[in-house]
Amino acid sequence: MTLPPFQALLDAHGHDVHRFLIATVGQAEADDCFQETWLAALRAYPQLRDASNLRGWLLTIAHRKAIDAFRTRSRGPLPVPELPEEPAASAAELADDHLWAQIRGLPAKQRTAVTLRFLTDAAYDEISRMMGTSPEAARRNVHEGLKRLRMEYQR
Amino acid sequence: MTLPDITERAAAAGLLDVAYTTFDSPLGRLLLAGTEQGLVRLAYLDSAEEAMLLEQLASRISPRILAAPRRLDEPRRELDEYFAGSRTRFELPLDLSLTRGFSRRVLQAASRIPFGSVSTYKSVAGEAGNARASRAAGNALGANPIPIVVPCHRVLHSTGGLGGYTGGLERKRALLELEGRPAV
Repeated sequence: MTLPPFQALLDAHGHDVHRFLIATVGQAEADDCFQETWLAALRAYPQLRDASNLRGWLLTIAHRKAIDAFRTRSRGPLPVPELPEEPAASAAELADDHLWAQIRGLPAKQRTAVTLRFLTDAAYDEISRMMGTSPEAARRNVHEGLKRLRMEYQR
Repeated sequence: MTLPDITERAAAAGLLDVAYTTFDSPLGRLLLAGTEQGLVRLAYLDSAEEAMLLEQLASRISPRILAAPRRLDEPRRELDEYFAGSRTRFELPLDLSLTRGFSRRVLQAASRIPFGSVSTYKSVAGEAGNARASRAAGNALGANPIPIVVPCHRVLHSTGGLGGYTGGLERKRALLELEGRPAV
C-alpha cells in the first residue's frame, strides 16, 4: 500500500486536531498535546494498514493524548485559574473564550463528543469508533452536552 | 493560525526520514529534499509537480516526510553561493539512494568533473565501467535525482553538441555560462 507523504496529513487535518485539543485540554496544554499526537502518528505511520480514514485515526490518537494529559494533571498539583495575558480583542472573542471554558467544564465524555461533533464535524459513527462507545451513546453524549451548555448559557 | 512545529521533535526522535523545502533560484523554483545521510533530491518545480515529487519520495524512501526548511539550510546556503559565483565546489553530503548500479556510477563519475570543465557521455560511461554504454549513461544523467549539485550539465556529446538536460537545455546553457563556459 502506498501511503501519502505525511506532510499531506498535517496540511489536511492539522487544524482539526489542534481545535479538538484546545477544546478538550485547553489552550495551555494544546500545543504540547498536538506535538505528542503527531509524533505518535509519525511513529506508527509506516506500519499503518488502512489509510481509508486518516482523519479518524489522527483524532483517535489526539483523544488518547488528551486523556493522558488529564491523568497527568489529576496527579499533579491543582492548577491556578488561568488568567488571560492580554485583554480580549473583541466581544466576539470574549464570548468565544467563555464558550470554550464552558465546553471544558463538561463531563469528559460529553466534552469529547461535543467537540468532535461540532469542531471537527465528525459523524456519530465516527465519534463512537473514536470513543469506543455505541453510536447511540455518542449521540446521547452530544445531546446531553449541548443541553447542559444551553442551560449554562441561559443562566 | 499557525500550528505548533513538530519537525524539531520529530527529527530529535529519529522520525523525520525526509525533510523538504522549496527554494527560489535564478533558474526557477526548486524542491530540495534531504535524509539523515544528505541531500537526496533536487528538482526543478516547473517540470514536475511538488505533490507528485513528494509522492515519489514517499514510495521510494519513506512516507515520513515533512516540510522542514531549516533542515535544508546547508544545501540552500551552498546553492546561493554557487549561483552568486562564490562557490565552485559543493561540500554538502549527498544521499544517492534513489539510484543504483551503473546509473549511480555514472553520477559519481559526473560528480568528479570540476567546475568550469566539461566531459562527454562516452567518457563518463567509460569511467562508470562500460565505455560503449554512452546512451545508457545519457539516460542515467537525464534521470539525475540531484541536478546542479551532481553536475550532469557538464556532460556533452563528443561531437561538441549540448546533449540533453533534465531541466531543459536553456538551463544547461545557463549553468555552463555561470561556470564561465558559454556553450554553443
